[in-house]
Amino acid sequence: MAEAYIFDAIRTPRGKGKPGGGLYEVKPIDLVVNLLDAMKARHNLDTSLVEDLILATGEPVFEQGQNIAKTALVYADWSDVTTGAQLHRYCAGALDAVNAAAAKVKAGFEDLVLAGGVESMSRLGIGAGGAAAGDPWVAMESYGISQGLGADLIAEIDGFSREDCDKYAAMSQQRASEAWEKGYFKDSIIPVTDKNGVVICDKDELVRPGTTVEKLSGLNPSFQMFNDFGHGEFLKFKYPEVENVNCVHTPGNSSGIVDGASLVLIGNEEGGKKAGLKPRAKILSTALTGTEPTIMLTGPAPATEKALAKAGLSIDDIDLFELNEAFAAVVLRYQKKLGIPDEKINVNGGAIAMGHPIGATGAMILGTLVDELERRGLKRGIATLCAGGGIGIATVIELV
Amino acid sequence: MGYIRLEKDSDGIIELIMDQPNQKVNTLGDEFIEAMQAAVNDIAAQKDDIKGVYVRSGKETFFGGGDLNKLLEMPTEMDQAEATRVFEGIMSAKAPLRQLETLGVPVAVGMNGAALGGGYEIALACHYRVAVKDAQMGLPEAQLGLMPGADGVVRMTRVHGLQNAITYISQGKQFKGEKALEKGYCDALADSEEDMHKKAKEWILANPEAAQPWDKPGFKIPGGSPADKDMDQGLQGLLFFGPVNVMINTWGNFPAAKAIFACISDVARVDFETAQKIEARYFLSLMRSNVAKNMISTFFFQLNALEAGASRPSFETIPKTDCKKLGILGAGQMGAGIAFAAAKVGIEVVLKDISQENADKGKAYAKGVCEKLASKGRMDEASSEALLGLIKPTADAADLAGCDIVVEAVFEDRKIKAAVTSETEAVTGAESVFATNTSSLPITGLAEASSRPENFIGMHFFSPAEKMPLVEIIKGEKTTDEALAKAFDLAIKLGKKPIVVNDGEGFFTTRVIAKTVEQSAAMVLEGVNPVVIENAAKQNGSPVGPLTAIDEISQATAYKNGQQLKADKEARGETVTPNPATILVNKMVEDFDRKGKVFGAGYYEYPEGGKKHIWPGLKEHFAPNGYKDIPFADVQDRLTFAQALEGVRAMEEGVVINPADGNIGSIMGIGYPAQTGGVFQHINSYGVKAFAERAEYLYQQYGDDFKVPALLKQKAAAGEKF
Repeated sequence: MAEAYIFDAIRTPRGKGKPGGGLYEVKPIDLVVNLLDAMKARHNLDTSLVEDLILATGEPVFEQGQNIAKTALVYADWSDVTTGAQLHRYCAGALDAVNAAAAKVKAGFEDLVLAGGVESMSRLGIGAGGAAAGDPWVAMESYGISQGLGADLIAEIDGFSREDCDKYAAMSQQRASEAWEKGYFKDSIIPVTDKNGVVICDKDELVRPGTTVEKLSGLNPSFQMFNDFGHGEFLKFKYPEVENVNCVHTPGNSSGIVDGASLVLIGNEEGGKKAGLKPRAKILSTALTGTEPTIMLTGPAPATEKALAKAGLSIDDIDLFELNEAFAAVVLRYQKKLGIPDEKINVNGGAIAMGHPIGATGAMILGTLVDELERRGLKRGIATLCAGGGIGIATVIELV
Repeated sequence: MGYIRLEKDSDGIIELIMDQPNQKVNTLGDEFIEAMQAAVNDIAAQKDDIKGVYVRSGKETFFGGGDLNKLLEMPTEMDQAEATRVFEGIMSAKAPLRQLETLGVPVAVGMNGAALGGGYEIALACHYRVAVKDAQMGLPEAQLGLMPGADGVVRMTRVHGLQNAITYISQGKQFKGEKALEKGYCDALADSEEDMHKKAKEWILANPEAAQPWDKPGFKIPGGSPADKDMDQGLQGLLFFGPVNVMINTWGNFPAAKAIFACISDVARVDFETAQKIEARYFLSLMRSNVAKNMISTFFFQLNALEAGASRPSFETIPKTDCKKLGILGAGQMGAGIAFAAAKVGIEVVLKDISQENADKGKAYAKGVCEKLASKGRMDEASSEALLGLIKPTADAADLAGCDIVVEAVFEDRKIKAAVTSETEAVTGAESVFATNTSSLPITGLAEASSRPENFIGMHFFSPAEKMPLVEIIKGEKTTDEALAKAFDLAIKLGKKPIVVNDGEGFFTTRVIAKTVEQSAAMVLEGVNPVVIENAAKQNGSPVGPLTAIDEISQATAYKNGQQLKADKEARGETVTPNPATILVNKMVEDFDRKGKVFGAGYYEYPEGGKKHIWPGLKEHFAPNGYKDIPFADVQDRLTFAQALEGVRAMEEGVVINPADGNIGSIMGIGYPAQTGGVFQHINSYGVKAFAERAEYLYQQYGDDFKVPALLKQKAAAGEKF
């Protein structure tokens, strides 16, 4: 069977996801086109060789809707033969796009595919387009709670304190600051420019150097209101052993709301040869799994185990882990469950420091993983995310 | 004579007069549907020659609801063909009303009396609603586990908007008079039937172009619809938090609450004709539900029967009695609560305690209740004064002379009870009934202190007596039918729901609730997580968890009662085997000094300014190596099955004869989950055989409390219900 190689992985910087943020003025489609242009330029790419673009979005509506992938290709003047599709798998979307692309090229059905995601949270906030889960009857039959309260529930059940979460968050900030300072991201971040070439945004705006546990400890819990207005009781249908959820997650130890986009160029030997591309890494295995949907965020560990089993590897064979920092407790639980030391996970920080542009994040952390394995001269890594509905996703890669 | 008459008046208005043959009130059933369809067809044929339609009742009152007997017969399991047939039946009830409101002629309705349920749905289909001042209007279906099914939901949503429609329908809100006008339940009030006819007809003549607001172009639901592109923020909040709140208020035990909320949201998104179908689908799902059948059977048929005297000696042999003067011994919270309830219905009350000061305190309590009601606008000064004027606090037993009934509400101490019994009987007449208010001491034994044991009876009120609806009436060995009738009639006069049981330790309610307390204690001792026990009870539909309940009553009180019971038994030469409840309470009081909420420490910790939480000591002492993991469904069933099985035992022993007494007693007295319809109805709807099998499993796993009683086995084998 063919291999699924990663030829390149790029991303936009992440702008604050609210009016006034660095990318607020930029339409979501322009975030994508910014990367399409860069990808084409970096490899002098004959776009007619790229067969498909799979693009994930958390809010596939309005100006982010009706297949933004194909729209962007047309708008960016890519070859007519390149097709595009839009994908929704909540926060796991961009990595799912990567995995779908990998499956296609590994099977040999296609040879060169782009995958990634885009999310302008400043222009289309979470829930902008409504949700199937928001229907009253569906809600009553599905036992969904505020996602952040799900993270608080993890902390409650696993015994993580507010301080544990804040310590982790401070570490993420410190690591991201250092990575930026030392330029670890510079080869993969494509500054967003306007039609005149003027730079609009060239850095991750949320990173706060000098963040301390003490500073973080002053922030108010974000999901207390959901807890107090019924969700704290509602979760007892599934967790009757819980007396009261202590709300520990704050804006400081949860992922930030940002705008951004990501793209990964994936192909097999055939595709790489035709386009004159050099593989950087190969995808060894991928996995998707579902876990209990009320707590929602516990998918990464079982997804990781599933992907490792598929690849015939164990935890010890993995040098670096990139787990999306949706909430601090998600990472703490993953580390506890799989026995992963701080030194191996999210070594350049994550979404707590740099933000989580829902549909785009998966491909961003995969790119960060490739970069860091190369920088450190290591071999294998895993990218993994938790997602809505209890979904977990993982991708195992190896440098070539 | 048919159900509906059409009479055209000299102005060209057709009166559509509903007058169901051989019935005191009009009801909505097949007969109505057929007649209404025919009448509307008739009107449609002549619509160009008339000025309008005036819908009214030919009876003294307007219209009752649907046919509940028919609902009880509805099977819970239906095949597709059957379900389709019933669905079409529901649609056929809607059709003539929809046709009438869209004929193109003005339609007014006159409500000359109660318009509830189906009756009010008819009114909603009319363009203009006039009601006489004392006509109650509303849709109370939810209270019986149902929802409106003749487009009441569709129209209420369009009249009132989502938020109000949810409140009005879920809570079964009824209004009359000015309040009804203010709330938009009707458009005009009339002083008399004549006035009502006049107002309705005047309106018809003045509004030839009338149509429902929702049939006019550009109609918007008040407060907005979930389909709006730019949804109102308040509505967004309602639709986000509302469903969760429905679930945590009902723990999913009341399908009607869910269906009503969701249906209102669903019907707001679509056009009227589509909405009609959506409502019918939800309605059908409720018609099939066990919960609706349980509630209709217990809260409608059985409760009505009990109130009509099903467990009272017949009115033919003993005509209705009337207690005019009531003595109450003991002016504590219980005595004072009863005094309030009695004075409220105009009974003269003698409230006696050992000192004038104590008696005055009791009256002050009643005054406090009045003030509380006044602050909520539910009692005016005059009636409060009149009420308090009827309560005479005293320390003098002689004041009890002339009392028709004396209720004793002193401490649960045989000696004191005996003393006040003879003190009272010395001054009251030979006909006077002495009712002891005890929660567990057998009546026959207490009656030994009485010189007139035939007039001695138990009346077990529940605290706070001014609010709690149940009175458990206990017949002693020698209690006569006359005494029973008097006690029963008093309870009815007080506005209470009386059940009648025979004597025995703990009678019915106390003996049954004790089993849940024992099971919760057994589980704590086994090392089950106390939080799981409490949440299991809540999710069962119990008002409070069993551990919370004991904390509220206080372990100290439970301990004292336990000691008294033990002393009693030992005095009678019986051996006392400790049960889990006494073992746990003894440990809590003797070893851990945790005597209850009032002492600041029970099964829960009560941190100052913080939320109460389970005392970690329970884990330390009873589950030091981790909680025992048993299936959650087992925890839930241990709490309810223990009670239901004890109810069956009480029936075997003749303590309770009529299942209705057990059903009502268990729900209204001791908080048995209402959706089950009570201990016996729970077994019926669970399936008697399946219940016995589940009990057998619990017996194998968890011991004697679940031993399947012979009566249950018998009924299961015979395929009989309770």
